Amino acid sequence: MTDIAIHVDQLSKKYKLGAMYERQDTLRDFLVSMVRSPFRKRPVSDNQILWALKDISFDIERGSVIGIVGRNGAGKSTLLKVLSRVTDPTSGIGEIRGRVGSLLEVGTGFHPELTGRENIYLNGAILGMKRTEIEKKFDEIVDFSEVAKFIDTPVKRYSSGMYLRLAFAVAAHLEPDILVVDEVLAVGDAEFQRKCLGKMSDVAEQGRTVLFVSHNMSAILRLTTETLVMEKGRIVKRAPSNEAVDYYLSSGFAETGERIWNIDEIPENAAPFRPKALRIKNEQGLVVNTIRSTEDMTIEFEYQLDDSVTGLRVGFYLMSARGEFIFTTFDTDEPQKYEEFSVREPGLYFSRCKIPADTFNDGRFVVGINASTYRIRRYFQDERAITFNIDPAGAPGMQWPEQRLGPTRPRLNWEIEKI
Amino acid sequence: MTTNQNQIPITYLRPAKGLAALNLKDLWDYRELIYFLTWRDLKVRYKQTVLGFSWVILQPVINMVVFTVLFGQLLKVPTDGIPYPIFSFAALLPWLYFAGSLTRSSTTLVGSANLISKVFFPRMVIPIAGVLSGLVDFLVSLIVLVGMMLYYQIIPTWNLLMLPVFLFLAMLTALGFGLWLSALNVRFRDVNYLVPFLIEIWKYATPVIYGATLIPERFRFLLGLNPMTGVVEGFRWAILGSQYVENFDPGPLFIVSITITLVILISGVIFFRNTERTFADII
Repeated sequence: MTDIAIHVDQLSKKYKLGAMYERQDTLRDFLVSMVRSPFRKRPVSDNQILWALKDISFDIERGSVIGIVGRNGAGKSTLLKVLSRVTDPTSGIGEIRGRVGSLLEVGTGFHPELTGRENIYLNGAILGMKRTEIEKKFDEIVDFSEVAKFIDTPVKRYSSGMYLRLAFAVAAHLEPDILVVDEVLAVGDAEFQRKCLGKMSDVAEQGRTVLFVSHNMSAILRLTTETLVMEKGRIVKRAPSNEAVDYYLSSGFAETGERIWNIDEIPENAAPFRPKALRIKNEQGLVVNTIRSTEDMTIEFEYQLDDSVTGLRVGFYLMSARGEFIFTTFDTDEPQKYEEFSVREPGLYFSRCKIPADTFNDGRFVVGINASTYRIRRYFQDERAITFNIDPAGAPGMQWPEQRLGPTRPRLNWEIEKI
Repeated sequence: MTTNQNQIPITYLRPAKGLAALNLKDLWDYRELIYFLTWRDLKVRYKQTVLGFSWVILQPVINMVVFTVLFGQLLKVPTDGIPYPIFSFAALLPWLYFAGSLTRSSTTLVGSANLISKVFFPRMVIPIAGVLSGLVDFLVSLIVLVGMMLYYQIIPTWNLLMLPVFLFLAMLTALGFGLWLSALNVRFRDVNYLVPFLIEIWKYATPVIYGATLIPERFRFLLGLNPMTGVVEGFRWAILGSQYVENFDPGPLFIVSITITLVILISGVIFFRNTERTFADII
């Protein structure tokens, strides 16, 4: 008997985009179209078809931990949905050996009116646990979630952190043969994420197969041995994780690090200031979503002035994903620049800020922007204009796989002196 | 973990082609989920209401009082000598159970959209739980019925033993229609608006406020085409016993009702099974 946990062959999944426009949302539309042309089989032209998955074939051995990376819309979630039987493939076949447990979105199936205790049972049952299994693990789940004191309080009174911890605790104590994890780490604080990662590596050590989708490259590197890179519904690379992550980050497949403002997103009172785009660029000048902590990064803001503005300053707020401010910086902070750009004539502008390597710690960061004249007028402000990730590979102290506290991780000069 | 190599379940993923297997074993494997969903429904239903569980009793009682004044006192609907309050209450109990179950089972599926698009489980557990969770309400309001039987000194007959059968029939009818409507609801949200009207009209088409004896004996079995007539008349027959049955042989009517229910239920299961494969994509 081969030790293959998942075998899929030529798996494809098609969505009809046309359905979005042509779908008969109400019975009346459906009846009308049936009366008009009852026997016409409505043809769907090619550009109305989206292959969310196209000819996916792979085998995954029992006990391996596989990462799946790819841009939004690359088909990662569809793949997980097909593997966990939420939806059927359009063609191709698959064979899954063992019970599949999904750790999809944390809290799916929680009912706000029910207490923590009740939700543990309900959620466990939804995820496919037997009642006796839940009873056996109940204390462990409560322990892990750290909400013991509130276990008989309706979860609608929980803080979002407690809610998350409880939801994750239930899902993490599922004991499926194959665990499917979709981007659970996008939420929660660093401490919680550390705990989740720990739990997931436990699961892997117990010989279970784990499929792990994430945009967090350091989590992928830490947890998985092998990674699939997906793009436009296909698997474009399967390789040992560090190789696959390298490929993904450098190939421009990464999620775009660009935010573009449409006309209707700009408040009227911003005039004459018109934001156009905000970009995160790596050392090579590519627009990316993930920056290695060992490389310089540039934040570039493109905007239009329809009229001349005196004393304008354009700047960035840098915040951690939890919303703590790390620093604020403006393009005319330097007195010399302040003099030079005391009046900005109408035209298209770029304000670029280079942030040196070894500034940020591992994690996700938020860039806010502000365009104002000091104490006179704020033209435009967006506190969450864009986010980017820092991949800590190569950062100082990485020989210890621990979470470093604090949002920054500078490379400092240490001297060790023996006397 | 102890891996038992012989017991590893194998799941095959393949495109949906042809008629889906009914695969009722699936439902058995997920019986605990049915239990928990039913239980959740019960727990949540009367949360944040002042009167809480009392609504279970108040609903049929208020209905009965209104009907008694309107149809019993003012319009004097013939009841073959049976006091109107118990005449209508015996019919209201199964009717309210049915109406509640049908509403829940046809609308909760769409209400669970985020579950359906993320987790696998046999979708049918949702309408099933919708039908089951009404049973507790029903059993509680039976207490009122017992009180009324004592008050009107109605002596129970052996017919009463048939009550569970008619309850079961009501359940299957609600489930059959619930499966059809909930599956249609995934695609056509019109169902959400349709169901309240359907139930309102259905109530008048069913001998709840009047009795089947209004219709000439020869045509009475045709009333059974509405399976709820079978249920409601069955309840009267079981509860009111000899007093009622003297005037009316409900046999043919029941047979028609049961047949219709089975047809709806079986076709409902087939329809549901064949459409559930696309629920996650279009819900």
